[in-house]
Amino acid sequence: MAELSTPTPSASAPAAAPAEPGPEPRPRRRLDGEWLRRYGVYVALGLLVAINLVITPNFLTVSNLRLQLVQVSPVLIVALGMAMVIGTGGIDLSVGAVIALSATLIPLYIGYGPLVAILVALAVGVATGALAGTVVARVGVQPIVATLALLVGLRGVANLAGDRIRPIRDPFLRGLGTGTLLGVPYVVVAAVVATVVVWFVLGRTTTGRQLVAVGGNLRAAALAGLPVKRVLTSVYVASGLLAAVAGVLLAARLQAVNSASLGQLAELSAITAVVVGGTPLTGGQVRVLGTVAGALLLQLLSSTLIAQGQSDAVTQLVQAVIVVAAVYVQFGSRRTR
Amino acid sequence: MAVTPRRVGTAARAARLAQRQGALVVLVVLCLVAAGAFDTFATSGNLTNIAVQASFLAVIALGMTFVIFTGGIDLSVGSVFALGGVLAAYASQYGTLAALALPLAVCGAIGLVQGLIIARGGLEPFIVTLAGLLFARGLLLLVTDSGRNTYDVPVGSAFREIAQGSILGVRHPIWIVVVLYAVGTLVLHRTSYGPTVLAIGGQRDAAELMGLPVARARVLTYVASALLAGSAGVMIASYTSSGVPIIGIGTELQAIAAVVLGGTLLTGGAGTVLGTLVGVLLLQVIANVINQLSLAQAWQAVVQGTILLGVVVAQRYLARAERR
Amino acid sequence: MPQSPVVDPVVRPVAEPVVEVAGLTKSFGGVHALRGVDLTLLPGRIHALVGENGAGKSTLIKVLTGVHTADAGTLRLGGEPIAFTRPADAQAAGISTVYQEVNLVPLLSVAQNVFLGREPRRFGLVDTGAVRRRARELVARLGIDVDVDAQLGRLGLGVQQMVALARAVSVDARVVIMDEPTSSLEPREVETLFGVARTLAASGVAIVFVSHRLGELFALCDDVTVLRDGRTVHAGPMAELDRVGLVSRMLGRAVEDVQRRGATEFGESHARGGAGVQPVLEVSGVSVRNRLHDVSFSVRPGEVVGLGGLLGSGRSETVKAVYGDLPTTAAAVSVEGRPVRTGSVSKALAAGLALLSEDRKAEGIIPDLSVRDNIALAVLPRLSRAGVVSDARIDAVVEVFVRRLQIKASSPRQKVRELSGGNQQKVLLARWLATEPKVFLLDEPTRGIDVGAKREVQSLIDELAAQGLAVVLISSEMEELVEGSDRVVVLRDGHVGAELDGDGLTTSALLSALAGGGQPVGEPPVGNPPAAEVASRG
Repeated sequence: MAELSTPTPSASAPAAAPAEPGPEPRPRRRLDGEWLRRYGVYVALGLLVAINLVITPNFLTVSNLRLQLVQVSPVLIVALGMAMVIGTGGIDLSVGAVIALSATLIPLYIGYGPLVAILVALAVGVATGALAGTVVARVGVQPIVATLALLVGLRGVANLAGDRIRPIRDPFLRGLGTGTLLGVPYVVVAAVVATVVVWFVLGRTTTGRQLVAVGGNLRAAALAGLPVKRVLTSVYVASGLLAAVAGVLLAARLQAVNSASLGQLAELSAITAVVVGGTPLTGGQVRVLGTVAGALLLQLLSSTLIAQGQSDAVTQLVQAVIVVAAVYVQFGSRRTR
Repeated sequence: MAVTPRRVGTAARAARLAQRQGALVVLVVLCLVAAGAFDTFATSGNLTNIAVQASFLAVIALGMTFVIFTGGIDLSVGSVFALGGVLAAYASQYGTLAALALPLAVCGAIGLVQGLIIARGGLEPFIVTLAGLLFARGLLLLVTDSGRNTYDVPVGSAFREIAQGSILGVRHPIWIVVVLYAVGTLVLHRTSYGPTVLAIGGQRDAAELMGLPVARARVLTYVASALLAGSAGVMIASYTSSGVPIIGIGTELQAIAAVVLGGTLLTGGAGTVLGTLVGVLLLQVIANVINQLSLAQAWQAVVQGTILLGVVVAQRYLARAERR
Repeated sequence: MPQSPVVDPVVRPVAEPVVEVAGLTKSFGGVHALRGVDLTLLPGRIHALVGENGAGKSTLIKVLTGVHTADAGTLRLGGEPIAFTRPADAQAAGISTVYQEVNLVPLLSVAQNVFLGREPRRFGLVDTGAVRRRARELVARLGIDVDVDAQLGRLGLGVQQMVALARAVSVDARVVIMDEPTSSLEPREVETLFGVARTLAASGVAIVFVSHRLGELFALCDDVTVLRDGRTVHAGPMAELDRVGLVSRMLGRAVEDVQRRGATEFGESHARGGAGVQPVLEVSGVSVRNRLHDVSFSVRPGEVVGLGGLLGSGRSETVKAVYGDLPTTAAAVSVEGRPVRTGSVSKALAAGLALLSEDRKAEGIIPDLSVRDNIALAVLPRLSRAGVVSDARIDAVVEVFVRRLQIKASSPRQKVRELSGGNQQKVLLARWLATEPKVFLLDEPTRGIDVGAKREVQSLIDELAAQGLAVVLISSEMEELVEGSDRVVVLRDGHVGAELDGDGLTTSALLSALAGGGQPVGEPPVGNPPAAEVASRG
């Protein structure tokens, strides 16, 4: 990921001037929009942290920070998968249902041991992702509809499988959900690992580099002989797998699974985090760190509002405005090109 | 000089028929099978029940149909539906007029803002209405104190009559649907707005080059969608005599499913209003059959999701077959 | 046999021009699309508007139809100065357009399409009876035989095009612009369309007709305006020009021969070994439905074979079909004697073919990726181990090409969208050269890049050929084609029309080959087949 490793685009701007007067117009006004699009989320996150340091008592305590991170982790994991899908110009609405389904399977298969239960849950995530990817890439159905159908259907399957709220009594899973590694909860460790893996995949692997190329210019990618369909399928598989990981972590942390409510509207949180993080909905770029910041921003925002005595309602209203604003900033900076 | 109709093969004709009337055929077959299998299915009580239950989704899906005609999508309808219901129940203490005016004004305003952002601001309908979904749901939670309040319609209020009464032995919600779909068909075929909407979905650049009022028609479409969703909320508030905050989750998906099942292309530019009604009825009959079979409610979602996926996949293949 | 209406020397000077355009200029972000265009349209006459790519035809049409606003110059309609800010203005003023792609709604009926947006009403609702009645009258007046209740999409493209014409006329148009209306029509449909256009002209409407098919222009049009590089370079009656005269004005070449050296960076002929050497690329009988018919040619190692032809002659389609990007109805392609399955880009790549597409933006660069990632795109798997890319190996490859092609970027990590056109083109050349191709298909490699980069690209092509690469070169520029190629295969309307080589490869020979092989000038060929067939032969 070039934009991650060179965080000073303004430095390259003067040298970007053409050595000879090219006949093509070269936009120059887009620095402000581009800057806002790229770094806006970090600035907003920094401001929010600063505000919290002032107004929220006990903000800078280990327990509070740990709580925030534990809460954001599943959202972040899902958002990372979503970021890859959006990087190809697609969307995955099925992630919330996949979370519910994978989590629901844990208590059902826990009798075979925790590892088997976890593997089954993850396998289901991969399978549903493969189904979505196939329908999108090979059949050519619009991503929004294909994953919408899966959202409806998979939620139904989850409700069928977990017809009531089932508790999980397993020491291994409880350890996974509540334990810590050097003081860092495993759930957070998992989110960090997922971030690093996604960052590595996008930046260092063939598929990752091909992914942004497919999203950036599908026609050019196809003419360059890239396996476009395979790349498209694989991002939905990755998204399904990451949603399943989030499902497993949620099941482990909550020690119980309610198939009807778990993961409800998770797709919205994930899309919001990705968009706020500066990844354009049109594809062609993925901002991994931006997505992390976006997820943190949303988490901190809702916890701040709640700490200030505001309800969920206000949080949702604010989120709605932020989504539109974030997309508007992207769009505005795109239009000047 | 002779007209040269494009040569149409049998396969292509069958493909087109399947695309247009597939849902109707499935609906008829399902009804016949259900009537044969269950004594309780083809009773007037059960059929009325199906129709009334379907009426709320039918009203929402009508708006969605026009949105999809333009090539857009409206994810906010479920939240707007619930908001409309709660506002109607809340306002019903101030009289029936207030119970109609408040929800429609608020929902219409939400639709107007969404439409303006989409048509004038140029943002994607998907993301704007996603934000609209959050916004309307947030407003709903604000009004209901995070869902803890359920407003009841006062006993004896005329507002209850809106969805509970009947004319000529037919329940009001069914009349409302009949009237709205008649108006919808009229709008599609007998006003210049109808063809304009189809032209926008078919080829927006072409519509603009033809000098059609593209932006205005798009704004109007999102306003109409929100108004219809709000009206469905009003109807359900009247029908249940209360404003329930937890309804409408996932309703947008059902509305989209009904539209797609009705043969409207998600890419826009083509479809019928009555097809959507068939799609809604199909979904409702499936739900009813699942009830008759005493299966878990969850089967509804499974079957609906499977059918939706099957239909969009089939649409792709049928489109390819037709092109050949 | 439709004949061009005879120019009537009495009527012409008398008729007041309906449209007068003078000194029109328009630029987009510093690029001049129009640099002073004049156009005069007379009522009742069919006016050909011709020019090659980038001449400014489509910009001029967009100004006339209100899509764009001109920067400077005057537009008079019926003697009155006028300016349009949106398409509806132009339509209200009586300028209607029929586009190449039928811009109608396929699922609506013919009658609905004709009156879409301005339906006759009664009691506030659309009066469907009146819509149908008036549509029926209109099509009858134009001599179109069509059921106005039929769904538009079910009709043949020709009929659809005529419905579009009927729509254009239904507003009492004074000017109808037909922008390449015939490009996807069957010969018989073209004939019918011409009949309708003549009926329309006879009723006093001024018609602008755009087409790349010379036969059509000569068969239909009374007057002609030729644009080149955003300027009007010729205007006058069609009958005063012959085919070669028209083509030479379009291409900006005098009819006499041009010096064979000096205009480009290309050196001497580079084909080595002569006819005895086995061709590396053999193409035989490539056909693409409605576009290419039985195209065959071969290229030997170190040879540059030019593909010549006017716009729409099938040059790009030929290389795309060879590269597996266009579905073919028949084709045999082999590289180094081994057959390559057509219809698959990855098979073509693996066989050693590479295609530099003419559309750099849509089919070439990936704008948000860096120079480095764009260059490495096609060879990523080769530079990876177990799916993990080796940045060191990529950097090595990229460095070689950045230096060899002198790509000017602040660093290999700069985004490609920030480079100039010439440097973007070099990045694409590097992408393909990195695949170590045996055959390089170059579609307009120097279009839209500055002079310096152009010369560099030209000498690169020479250099590559000298190293034994087989090159297929498409260019709209005559000098580039003549000086850069060892042989030129000339395409006309999807057929191989001529092949020029050795001493026979001169600009004048190419010019007459492009125009249609020394046919009698200015007149459509005699006898059967009629106008439409003429068109398909160009």
